[in-house]
Amino acid sequence: MAKEQPRKIAFICSKGNLDMAYPALVMGWAALGNGIEVTIFFTFWGMDMINKARVDHLEIPPVANSSMKMNLMGVPGYIGIPQFMGAFPGMTAFATHLMHKKMEDLKVPPVREYLQMLVDGGAKLFACKMSVDMMGLKKEDFIDGVQDIVTAGDFMDMTDGAQIIFI
Amino acid sequence: MATKKVKGVAYEVNDEGFLLDPATWTKEYAVEAAKEEGLEELTETHWKVIDFARQSAASAGGASPTLRTITDGAAITTKDLFALFPKGPAKKVAKIAGLKKPEGCV
Repeated sequence: MAKEQPRKIAFICSKGNLDMAYPALVMGWAALGNGIEVTIFFTFWGMDMINKARVDHLEIPPVANSSMKMNLMGVPGYIGIPQFMGAFPGMTAFATHLMHKKMEDLKVPPVREYLQMLVDGGAKLFACKMSVDMMGLKKEDFIDGVQDIVTAGDFMDMTDGAQIIFI
Repeated sequence: MATKKVKGVAYEVNDEGFLLDPATWTKEYAVEAAKEEGLEELTETHWKVIDFARQSAASAGGASPTLRTITDGAAITTKDLFALFPKGPAKKVAKIAGLKKPEGCV
């Protein structure tokens, strides 16, 4: 019988909001802990996660986020934040601060540190060439763990046999 | 339910191979469990991680430490932890240390 291939998972991170940065990090870390090979491809706004200048400043805006209720602030029930209020100056910063605090309470590391843990655990990170060209970025703009800037075709080749999760 | 025999002693393990009662764990069990996980030899650093994991679980109501708890608590880098227990340190450490399957997400 042929030797069993190790399970492989590839994540495509396309969002740059703070809340959307975490799914790939949490699942990728769990995958590594269980001996599954992990590849993460960053495209469009997801590139903020690996952009040195942006990674520590990811935000979560309350506007157009119908799931964000005031119970996050300890208000009982599921009372919403009126959309017009979400657009007030400082509301995005406030929501971001709140999420950082919740994450800290759960001992979840910040995005930059989490990515470093994944890299140290063997995850391979790549940036999408088209997005890099579109946003005028270079490899030097990315955190150290990013191995290369690759095309969509390269990604298909390198994820042969992997389960792919788009975020 | 299954039993695993190590040097004439029977240990009760669950279907996934995790020891049922951490109190029944012995060093001989760890050595055997490590072999099953592909680790031929347990070095001093392996033991440091195993001992820490057992202490951590004992003070956390039996819950296996997460990888991050191990790196912080046993003063070991993530890289080294993955090098010591390659291909799935979370499960491997718990199995060898005779603890439950880890439940934390970080």
